[in-house]
Amino acid sequence: MTTASAKERIRNEKKARQHVRIKKGKLARREALAGLLFVLPWIIGAIVFLAYPLVTSFTYGLNNIRITPKGYKFKYIGYGNYTQILLSDTAFLPDLADYVISTLISVPVIVVFALLIAMMLNMKIRGRSFFRVIFFLPVIIVSGPILGMLTEQNAGSVSAIDTQAISAAIGSFLPEILAKPVSGLFANMVTILWYSGVPILLFLSGLQKIDSSMYEASYIDGAGGWETFWKITLPQLKNIVLLSCVYTVVFVSSNDNNTLIALIKASMFSGTKEKGYGYASAMAWLYSLVVLLIVGLFALILTTRKDKYEKEARRTDRELRKEARKIRRVQRRQAKHAKRYQRT
Amino acid sequence: MQSDISVRDVKKPAAKRLTKDKVRKFLAGTRTKNGAVKTVAVYALLICIGFIYLYPVLYMVSASFMSLDDLLDSSIKWIPGRLNVSNYVQAGQSMNFWKSFRQSVLIAGLPTLCTLLSCSVIGYGLARFRFPGNGVIMGIIVFSFVLPGQVLMIPTYVMYSEMKILGTLWSFILPALLGQGLNAPIFILIFRQFFRTVPRALIEAASIDGAGYFRSFWRISLPAAVPAFITVSLFSFVWYWNESYLTELYVHGVLTDSGWTTLVLQLRAFASNYNAYQVTAQSGATSLNEALKMAGTLLAVLPLLIMYFVLQKYFTESIDRTGITGE
Repeated sequence: MTTASAKERIRNEKKARQHVRIKKGKLARREALAGLLFVLPWIIGAIVFLAYPLVTSFTYGLNNIRITPKGYKFKYIGYGNYTQILLSDTAFLPDLADYVISTLISVPVIVVFALLIAMMLNMKIRGRSFFRVIFFLPVIIVSGPILGMLTEQNAGSVSAIDTQAISAAIGSFLPEILAKPVSGLFANMVTILWYSGVPILLFLSGLQKIDSSMYEASYIDGAGGWETFWKITLPQLKNIVLLSCVYTVVFVSSNDNNTLIALIKASMFSGTKEKGYGYASAMAWLYSLVVLLIVGLFALILTTRKDKYEKEARRTDRELRKEARKIRRVQRRQAKHAKRYQRT
Repeated sequence: MQSDISVRDVKKPAAKRLTKDKVRKFLAGTRTKNGAVKTVAVYALLICIGFIYLYPVLYMVSASFMSLDDLLDSSIKWIPGRLNVSNYVQAGQSMNFWKSFRQSVLIAGLPTLCTLLSCSVIGYGLARFRFPGNGVIMGIIVFSFVLPGQVLMIPTYVMYSEMKILGTLWSFILPALLGQGLNAPIFILIFRQFFRTVPRALIEAASIDGAGYFRSFWRISLPAAVPAFITVSLFSFVWYWNESYLTELYVHGVLTDSGWTTLVLQLRAFASNYNAYQVTAQSGATSLNEALKMAGTLLAVLPLLIMYFVLQKYFTESIDRTGITGE
């Protein structure tokens, strides 16, 4: 092989490579740089206020931390905090169970209520702006202490609804573990409804984005109101249902009324020897895992249910691919056989 | 439905030529108009649920005006015997209303301004530019919204105390400036969604005319994003105002008192505050009762209520325009 041909080959290869991968232009690089510059505050913030605390709180959770006049005194105890929380803390596990059950029950109720109200507010009715003002009101005044104050005065339930009778009726036919949260639902009707303020907003803006030509088309095809709701409105709002669920879970979990986060704060500042920052960090980690699991559960339920049409499309797609594979295989075999016959 | 129609048919004189079809149309509606039955049902539901929504507020207003006699009188349920303002005076004094109000405005207002500044810049960066890691950043933003703040709270608290900004407003301003304020992920997403709707051609035209990245942001995208700014500032203000957990931890102090307080925090400690006030006050102070508590609660939400009724148009309309749900 001569050197000239080798050089030529290298040049050709280079050319080929250039053809495949286009070098980034000056403009694109500058744009990327400018974008990073704009996002830089967030990156710094995420490192300082998100990544660092996340890692640190994990290590805190593995330590017993005591505050001495000289500073913090760390003592590594492995998962000792966790075993202590799970085995000997009298408040944590019962509170956690209560929180999980009541969240799993109340979040769907809140979201369904929000959807219902949003759909009514979206109709062409008189006094729509008046009703909007009423239903958005909770967004403004919902906060832990205010809700706490109102429930303390029994203003959280409507006295016109006989909650006692309802909870008695529920208690009679539901198992005890479910009866308590369900009757709590009725007792705190107002609070439950008040939590649906932001989901109503979300649903309303989602409803307004649905293309009205879809409704017209379905009307022409003879769909009634019920069918239109299930086949058009709800699938179009699928993402917003998920968004509302996530928002509600996050809101319920970070509300000052939540007993668990109050417990975390209390153990953070508790003066006892075994509690303190490390113990509270471990508790916060357990709590966060549970919250993330709940959010994940809702996401799983709401995203895995595929559309019927999507399913069918997928099935035909699969069959087509199978067919194509079969054809390719046949062709390959034919080619192989043809070669063999040529040789002999 | 069927029996309903027949009853109406009998009642109405035949002179009006009320055919069965007309009645049916009136009740069940046509394709362009909602039927009477549906309309009535919707109104009834809206009014009922609306009443349940308003019930605590009405209760609060009514109870806060009651004197001790009214509270004990079982015949008085809603309307107090006479307009009694002394509850407000006493509750306001015990909450140290004006000082708490001023501080609430500062604690909610300054971080809101910082949030506006940072989140608009960050949202613009994410919406306008393509750079490696854009998707990853979006993922982390969503994750940071779902992650409960409690897991970050303790190291952050330690960090603040080492930076000596615990018990000052800086502990709220600093994260807000770096796009990590209260509910900042939502605001970043709102801004991002909004800046995406600004036509790219407009920005390209500006850059041809010689505008740099920052100039095209400042002069073209920002003026177009006024609805997003209104929405974000309203919500950020309200959420900071109502936040009590973190405010107590970072600004007010859990075991100590830094001097900073908010109306909501004062309400949380209302009973102990009131008892302290009662000891120092002159003989006029009545002992703590339901009416006083409700007056205190109303005082804590009153500034927001006034703001809401003045700005309600923006609250209810800006949502439609911001596209909070674009994802």
